[in-house]
Parts: sequence; C-alpha cells; structure tokens
Amino acid sequence: MELLVASAVGLMTACGVYLILRKRTFPVIVGLAMLSYAVNVFIFASGRLAIGLPAIITKHPEGYTDPLTQALVLTAIVISFGMTALIVMMALGAFLETGDDYIGMEEREQPAGPKEGAE
Amino acid sequence: MNHWIIAPVILPALLAPFIVLVMRHDLSLQRVFSTAGTAVLAAISLVLLYTAANNPPEVYYLGNWPAPFGIVLVLDRLSAMMIALTAVLALLVQLYAIGTSWDARGNHFHALFQFQLMGLCGAFLTGDAFNLFVFFEVLLIASYGLMIHGGGAKRLKAGVQYVAYNLVGSTLFLFALATIYSVTGTLNMADLAVKVAELPAGDAALLRVGAVLLLMVFAVKGALVPLQFWLPATYSFAPGPVAALFAVMTKVGAYAVIRIFTLIFPPETAATGTLFADILLPAAIVTLIVGAIGVLGATGMARLVAFAAIGSMGTLFIAVSQFTPQAITAGLYYLLHSTFATAALFLIVDLLQDRRGNDDLRIALPPTGQHGLITVLFFGGAIAMAGMPPLSGFLGKLLVMDATRGANMAIIWTAILATSLITIIGFSRAGSQVFWKAYATTTTMPKPEGKAEPLAFAVVFALLAGLVLLTVTAGPVTSWLTDTSTELFDKTAYINAVFTPVKE
Repeated sequence: MELLVASAVGLMTACGVYLILRKRTFPVIVGLAMLSYAVNVFIFASGRLAIGLPAIITKHPEGYTDPLTQALVLTAIVISFGMTALIVMMALGAFLETGDDYIGMEEREQPAGPKEGAE
Repeated sequence: MNHWIIAPVILPALLAPFIVLVMRHDLSLQRVFSTAGTAVLAAISLVLLYTAANNPPEVYYLGNWPAPFGIVLVLDRLSAMMIALTAVLALLVQLYAIGTSWDARGNHFHALFQFQLMGLCGAFLTGDAFNLFVFFEVLLIASYGLMIHGGGAKRLKAGVQYVAYNLVGSTLFLFALATIYSVTGTLNMADLAVKVAELPAGDAALLRVGAVLLLMVFAVKGALVPLQFWLPATYSFAPGPVAALFAVMTKVGAYAVIRIFTLIFPPETAATGTLFADILLPAAIVTLIVGAIGVLGATGMARLVAFAAIGSMGTLFIAVSQFTPQAITAGLYYLLHSTFATAALFLIVDLLQDRRGNDDLRIALPPTGQHGLITVLFFGGAIAMAGMPPLSGFLGKLLVMDATRGANMAIIWTAILATSLITIIGFSRAGSQVFWKAYATTTTMPKPEGKAEPLAFAVVFALLAGLVLLTVTAGPVTSWLTDTSTELFDKTAYINAVFTPVKE
C-alpha cells in the first residue's frame, strides 16, 4: 500500500516536472495538472494511510482516519481545478492573439511550412 | 473578540462581487464604490494599526472554534503594519488608475482590484499555514486577471508565463504544507511553533525538507534568486498601476519569511538551527547583484524598474537573513521604503510610456508633453530607489548595514555599496538617455501639452511625499518598528494570545 502510493506520487511528480520543462503551453498545462494530482495524493498520505476506517470519530474498534487531510485535499482540488481552467483560457487567448503557443518572451522564428489555423 | 480584525478581509470580499454583479456596465459607479471601499479599508487599517500598537497580539477565532482546531486570524503590529501599507498604497494606485483611465481599458478592473486586496489582507492576517496558502491563491488569481488587464499579445504571453510559474509555486506550497503536517500534525502557526520546538530528533530531517520547501515558495513570491525569473517580464508588461500594486506582492513573500521563520523556525530551534539564515544570506546577496546588473543592462524603462525591485528585495532579504531584532527593524523600514519607491517609479514609467509611445532606452525620441515634470519625478524616484541621500532609501540601507555588523560584514557591506553604485549608474544612464537626449533629437521646443491628468500626477507626488515623510519621521518610525520586531521575537505572547480560551 505504502509502496503503491509512494511510487504513484513519485511517478506523477516526475512526469509533471518533465512536462512543465517543455516550452509549449499544452505539455506545460498537462504537466501542471499532473503535479497537482501528485500533490493531492501526497496530502492525502500525509495524514497516514488507513484502509476501511471512517473519517469521523465513531465506535469503530480501530478508531478513525485523519479527517483534516481530506478537507485539505478538497480545498487543494478545487483551487487547482480552477487554476487549470484559468491557465487554459489564458494560454488559448495568448495563442489566438499571437498564433504561437511558445512559452517565453523572446521573439521566435515562425516554424517553416504552412501555419496551422488559429480558429 | 474584536470583530474589526476580519473587516479588511470581509469588506473587499463583499464589495468585489457586488461590483461585478450590480454595476458591471457602469464604470463611474464602479469607480465611486471601489474607491470608497478602499478608503474605508484604509481607515479601518489605520484603526487596527492604532489598536495593535497599544495592545498585545489579538486573535479572531473564525466561527468561534478554539485554536488549534479552527482557523484564527491574528492581529499584531507586523500584520497591522502590512495591512495599513497595502491599503494606503492601494488607494493611491486606484486613484492613479482612475486618473489615467487605465480601468477603462478592459473589464472588471475594480472587482479584480478588490479581490486582490482581500487576498493581500487575508495573507497578512491569517494565523494558519493552510489558510495562508488559500489567501495566496486568492491574491494570485486576482493578480492573473489584473496582469493581463487591457490585453495585447505581449502582455498575454507574459501573463501565461507568470501564471505557469506561480502554479508550480502553489504546488510546491502544498507539498511543503503536507510534509510539515505529516511531521507535526498541525497547521496552526502558533501550534506549529510549540510542536516544532519539542520535536523528537528522529523527525527533524523530514521537517527540514518541509521548511526548506516552504522557504522556496516564499522565495518565488519574494523574487529571490534563483527563483526571480518570473518578475522582470511580469512587472514590465503589466499595466503601470498594476505593477505598482504588485510592489506590495513581493513584500508578501518577505512578510511570510519573517513571520514563519521567526515564529515557527527561529534560529534557536534544535531541528533546523541556522539552516535558513545560511541559505537566505547568499541568495539575498546574489539577488542584490542580479538586480543591480539588470538595472545597468535593461533596454527598457519598465524592465529597469523591475530589476531595481529585485535588487531592493535582495537588500530586504539580507536584513531578514540575520534574524536579529535590530536587522528585522532595518528590514521593515526598508520594506516600507521600497514598496513606495517601486510603486512611484512604476507609475512614473507608465506616465512616460503613455506620452512617449514606448519606454525603449536605446532610441532617443523628442521631448513629450510634461517632459520637465516627468523628468523631475523620475529624478526623485531614482534617488530614492538607488539609496542616495536625502531620501529614505539611503537611511534604509544605512540601517541594514548597521544591523549586519558581524561575521559576514565585509561581504554584505561590499555587496550593498557596490550594487548601490551600479544602480546609480544604471539610473543616471537611463535618465540621460530618455530625458536629456530627447533635446538632442530636435531643435524645436517641446510641444505644449500632452494629456493633463492632474490626478495621476498628484498620486505620484503623494507617493514621493510619502518617501519624504518616511525620511523625516525616520526616528519615530524606527522606534515603532523596534517594538514590532521585539514583539516578533517574543514568541510566547503570540502563542498565548492564540491559545487563550475563547471569550464572548
């Protein structure tokens, strides 16, 4: 269980970091989404992993699992979802305005060949 | 419980949706309500400043849940000062935006502005680390909207880069908080301070990882090298008044470092020791150098000011990295100064850009409308920013240098003095290129009038007057700040305030 969760977090973080180091908006956005999934699982795991336990105090013989991390994850999910939607819109706006999905301020040679439509 | 503590968060939070929903088609109505709201916010913040100066830290329990189970807001001298600074700056910047009609160049300027104020005030007030993250996100999401206000290809590109950079920062913040939570089991700052102090040695390594991640997040916000790359493009392509408001956003990073690393991880903590001071000091010195070289090498006026802002963050973090009451006092004084100086310079550059058409330093253009007036303003702003007498930048740097006598004195003094010289050269080069060379391109005298915009000029004069005031009242201000930093290092007062049982 621990191994599975830990490697999932690690793998998603690695993929996310690789993708955000690309210089085009689409991979960067996917990479950011990946990173936020990784951090969501990570926050969840920071309250210790428990199977089949309720998140509230009950008469359950084995006690309960930490409810706070679940609330934190919920907040983090909402925020990262909103932020992803926002950066998609901004990236789309920048692409439509400049006809280029390159991240960075330097002027770039337009790639050769027919330019893809921006509709 | 003093309910006024939450007013700086609630007021803009209610005003912003009200502006969006009720008066989105009427700009003049928006202007009236938004300015009135900011003025009330400034008044409240001054009252809170007065309260905080005469009382020990005061706590507001949201929903009356006792700490550490509920979220708390804490008003102490530092947070009251930061809120007052934000509110006063915001009021001036907003008047400037109205005076130059910047707010008419796109939709929802005033609503976003209020949301930005809500995020800033919340971040300064909160006593809970996760709540700090939430308020960071609020202020960031509003800043994304403000940053691309007015549109344009360049601005949108810079905006995407800024958002991407800060989203990575937010993810890092969550990683840091989760790591710290997994070690200590709490995110309330006062509770963290207690738990970290008595942490078993076996958990220290994990805590150090979390704390350094947290420092990196604040370094992103505070534009500390090597995490400053987002700042020049963002500040130079953002609308002028927005860049001026952003002058207080880098200070959020500095505030968070001061708060977290004096309260939770002070140098005497067994688990972390002087780790953060050892990381911060070299980074701050390099930041200062990068800022100065950037000022010298900038090709545009806005970029020049952006690099000067980076340099001023370097000076500020040098003071903070000492973690002594005297150095924090010096740092806070410099923080006040650099916020006003940066904001004033961004507004002056905006006035120039508006009249000249661009801010490129490499081409000489004929004199513009109000050429002499803008020249004088730039001269004043540059003196303040470079840290020359007689303005407060000089006193600020003097205080910082006085507070850094000790082991690293030779390096710090050399860095501060040498970069001051480079910054002076950079500013005088830019000033002569833009303002003096203008006369070399033409034999005729400047055309009489550009746009009048008396309100905009009044605001810039007010900001410079603020710097003069800060210089004249340096004595009382520093003695007030000394009390502030004494309070910061007296952790027990803060912790006791948070854990006092809830009273009705």
